Amino acid sequence: MKFNTVIIGGGLCGLTCGIALQKAGRSTAIISTGQNALHFFSGSFESLTEAPARMADLFGEAGIRLHYREGVRLMPLGTFRPAALSLEDISFFPKPKIGEKALIVSFKRYHDFFAAFLADGLEKQGVACRIEWLDLPELEQLEKSPSEMRSVQIARTMDRIWEKVVGEIRALVQDEDIIILPQVFGLKDTSVPIRIRESLPAQVVFVGTLPPSVPGIRTQMLLKRRYELLGGTYLTGDEATDAHVHEGRVHSIVTKNLDNHFLEADNFVLASGGFFSKGLKSNPFHIFEPVFGLDVEQAENRSDWYHPQFMHDQPYMAYGVKTDAALHALREGAPMQNLYAAGSVLGATRPEFGSGAGLAVRSALAVVDQILKTEAE
Amino acid sequence: MKLQEYTESKYNFEECMKCTICTAYCPVLQVNPLYPGPKQAGPDGERLRLKDPFFFNYALKYCLNCKRCEVACPSGVKVADLIQSARIRYDHSKPKLRDRILASTDFMGSLARPFAPMVNGVTKMGVTKAVLDGTMKIDKNRTFPKYSGRSFEAWLKRQAPAQAAFPEQVAYYHGCYVNYNYPQLGKDLVKVLNALGVGVQLLDKEKCCGIAMITNGMSQQATRHARHNVAVIGAAAAKGLKVVTTSSTCTLTLRDEYPGLLGVENQVVRDSLLMATRFIYEKLEKGAQLRFRPDFHKRIAYHTPCHLEKLGWGIFSEKLLRMIPGVEFTMLDSNCCGIAGTYGFKKENYAASQAIGAPLFEQIRNVNPDVVACDCETCKWQIEMSTQYPVANPISILAEALE
Repeated sequence: MKFNTVIIGGGLCGLTCGIALQKAGRSTAIISTGQNALHFFSGSFESLTEAPARMADLFGEAGIRLHYREGVRLMPLGTFRPAALSLEDISFFPKPKIGEKALIVSFKRYHDFFAAFLADGLEKQGVACRIEWLDLPELEQLEKSPSEMRSVQIARTMDRIWEKVVGEIRALVQDEDIIILPQVFGLKDTSVPIRIRESLPAQVVFVGTLPPSVPGIRTQMLLKRRYELLGGTYLTGDEATDAHVHEGRVHSIVTKNLDNHFLEADNFVLASGGFFSKGLKSNPFHIFEPVFGLDVEQAENRSDWYHPQFMHDQPYMAYGVKTDAALHALREGAPMQNLYAAGSVLGATRPEFGSGAGLAVRSALAVVDQILKTEAE
Repeated sequence: MKLQEYTESKYNFEECMKCTICTAYCPVLQVNPLYPGPKQAGPDGERLRLKDPFFFNYALKYCLNCKRCEVACPSGVKVADLIQSARIRYDHSKPKLRDRILASTDFMGSLARPFAPMVNGVTKMGVTKAVLDGTMKIDKNRTFPKYSGRSFEAWLKRQAPAQAAFPEQVAYYHGCYVNYNYPQLGKDLVKVLNALGVGVQLLDKEKCCGIAMITNGMSQQATRHARHNVAVIGAAAAKGLKVVTTSSTCTLTLRDEYPGLLGVENQVVRDSLLMATRFIYEKLEKGAQLRFRPDFHKRIAYHTPCHLEKLGWGIFSEKLLRMIPGVEFTMLDSNCCGIAGTYGFKKENYAASQAIGAPLFEQIRNVNPDVVACDCETCKWQIEMSTQYPVANPISILAEALE
């Protein structure tokens, strides 16, 4: 099967790239090996402050609204970070003293949201906190399998009963000016978080839970739906296993499911992610890129890959595929003419700061520009 | 250096890093609180079961075997295989009479076929459904698949000389559904392949693929079927024939479940068996041509069956349908329809089955197509019963659009 561009990786980077190319009238296929880092998305594009105009359009057309205002964001453990371009779920404040009094509401027997940490952090900023736990009969079902009392399962219930829950929260509010809720709203219906904000008498702040990320899964679903609506081919659960390369040009890709039916294209984009997504792999001697065998930045000795102190900056997290300035991937020191690398496979991100999302979108758009520019020449 | 290869287990369960993504995509977990979920039932439970089979949880029977957990897993863990293989290894309870009947699709088909009009009349009756519901726990709300009076095999045998005249030949693994319930799909395939200059042969007595036996605790019978089918497909392959199929679940079973769950080696199947949609697409790609009716017009919503999504071959159905002039194509969101073969027929699963399918049914009603296209026979029953929209295999739509 032949396409204009075949993209390896179906996460934020691959989908952004695919949507932009489909919009430009190019036929594309995305090979997606299992689900991706959007399932751990904080809701913020950490390294970006304002959306490039094209990104705001691409996301807006998919039904994802973004915003940014200078200031700070409240993090799940009660700390603060500088504001960054974010989904509408995320709130910004001028300073860490976000109000006088905060009401933190969670659900009984839900362990993936840390109300006490939040309260502790906020009280250090001079915000008085009160924690309330809702006991909802609708969640009793979930508790039959205690391991399944998770964000996504709760969110499915909340999509049905959020109005009732808002009523119960309203009854709890005394004189608080801030209400803090876990991010378990609006899995399918993007308007729910906004409508909750409109229905409560104080400023509502949604704070992240342990994974899976509800706003992240919603973002993934909306981007994928938009991509398919534009005619893109999304190969779910497949895996690029090999490539046919001739004189520095990729001719086609071999996948696990299509075996001898190769995917041909004029351009290829490697957006296969970092170590977690197996875009990068390691053995005791090397860090390598498994599909093309591209050059990967790394220290020669394994003992230099990591720092013995776990919380220290870990050098291996910065390792990634080498490219030239136009993001052509390098193999044996030479740029591949029609293979571009984008997103976390480039390394240079700090997962603990969530900076992967910003890199994913920016490098995806840069690659799209390169592809269109090269075609025009 | 093969250290890592040597430490990989059969279902890759030690690769699970507890990210919980599979639980977000399990259709059962959304509707049935008694099911522990793919992570718990799969890799987490396996760790305990390896210590002591005592930890086997009988609630694993609620797994649909839809494979959506495997498709979603970023770490390549064979979650559904872990669950089904645990059921094979540790659940030694005898299957109930009902489950044996539901699972024996070709045996029941050969019994019912000679009396098809009567059987169809009887299974349609409310009183029959009530009795089956009460005595057998087969849910009374189900519509039963109809049996055909003449089998597909009998029909094709009569066509054998005409089919043998085509310059190129394939063998067709039709499965129980085409043979006993809906021979028209087989006839549609013959029409399309003949239009491409390809004649169709039967295999030398195929048997049911056995998937319903695997999921109903009859893995020994399924293994016998597997050995037989591998042998007859091997015989066809030895004659240089490709073997085509029209059912995504039969295909997944023959290709993946035989080695994965039953331990039956099947390289010859993997080399020679393919969905007819893929066979046709590849012929067209190499320059073969189909002539379509100029007046054909249909709004088609395509539903990818779970097992086709696992195979990764839905792309061929999609591309073929989009190729037909006059088709308005909508790709439906990836959702399970809820029936999962015999699962949805069981009284204890009926409510969950309908709840799982609800988002799909709602989307179909919103799209309001002329026809829903889908490569799976049990999805067809479920969607037709639950939405009133007609469902057709992409092959049947191709046949209808031909000049």
